[in-house]
Amino acid sequence: MTSNILKVTLERDAGGQTEFDVPAYESQTVLDVVSWIQQNADPTLSYRFACRVGMCGSCAMMVNGVPRWTCRTHISKVLDGDKVTIGPLRNLPVIKDLTVDMDPFFDKWVGAEAVHHGTLTRDDPIAAVDETSPERVEANAGIECINCSVCYAACDTVAGNPDYLGPAALQRAWTLLNDAKDEGRAAILEAVSGRGGCHNCHSMGSCTAYCPNELDPMSAIAGLKRETAKSFFKRGR
Amino acid sequence: MRAARGITSRAHPLWLAYILHRLSGLGLALFLPFHFWVLALATTDPARLDGFLTLTEAGAVKLAEFGLVFLLAVHMFGGLRLMALEFLPWTPSQKTLAAGATALSFCVAMLFLLKAI
Repeated sequence: MTSNILKVTLERDAGGQTEFDVPAYESQTVLDVVSWIQQNADPTLSYRFACRVGMCGSCAMMVNGVPRWTCRTHISKVLDGDKVTIGPLRNLPVIKDLTVDMDPFFDKWVGAEAVHHGTLTRDDPIAAVDETSPERVEANAGIECINCSVCYAACDTVAGNPDYLGPAALQRAWTLLNDAKDEGRAAILEAVSGRGGCHNCHSMGSCTAYCPNELDPMSAIAGLKRETAKSFFKRGR
Repeated sequence: MRAARGITSRAHPLWLAYILHRLSGLGLALFLPFHFWVLALATTDPARLDGFLTLTEAGAVKLAEFGLVFLLAVHMFGGLRLMALEFLPWTPSQKTLAAGATALSFCVAMLFLLKAI
């Protein structure tokens, strides 16, 4: 850090930019900076956060053009000199200031059949899960997703095709496809091979490069591409 | 959405490999019609084709040929990379080893070829 005052530019709604001088201190996160502005400089500023420890996935924003979880991003790691530009997440409609409407993102989770397809009832015995089976290992690789939408904001395919389901939804579809407790295989393959499905992905890899939990949606989507291709050659659909 | 316009999150190897593959494909697609047209001259206007072939002695054309071979190589290896990436469920270290082995054998083969020429 080069000075005790940070020059913070906020990209507000309707294309407006506002600059703030924010005092710098040790171990300050991007979310701390935004909170300081809201508490001390502009009480009208809208932004979203909840847990502050990287679990809830609600505080993601564009920081110097890169989507990041702001509560776990130290401002010292992203400063350009003493400047930083913070904006609302890309690829989602802005409600106000730094708050985006996450509805399209979550609707696409449902669109990708990334929902539990159970067949057992509470009266059935609990099914044993083999933690070492290759399918379970594949599923485990993606289950720590916190729905923060960083991958969705990083993806150029999402930017270019409003129908594309996006990395997070497709990754969850892939984990469910590999989950022994999920019986929705046919529905998932149908959902992810449609117009907005996995074959839109150009493997640009921004989802994997920027996932704050170091997950690998690109490889999960590649898995869906393989499974849908196999299913196509086996059954002609 | 202005944060989107200034997006700098594309500066990583996977995205650069993607754009290189696309641009090399575009370059080849633009070149191929011209290439076929020149080849067609062999049947329609051989004298003109000979004129074109003497052009290939010029330094600028030689440089352009280098560019063309570069585009072809980049596009071919980009395609192989993409297929390996999407259709081989290997671990990253296995893929690195495979890519290293391919690159090494390519280099050795090129050395022999250059010696033969």
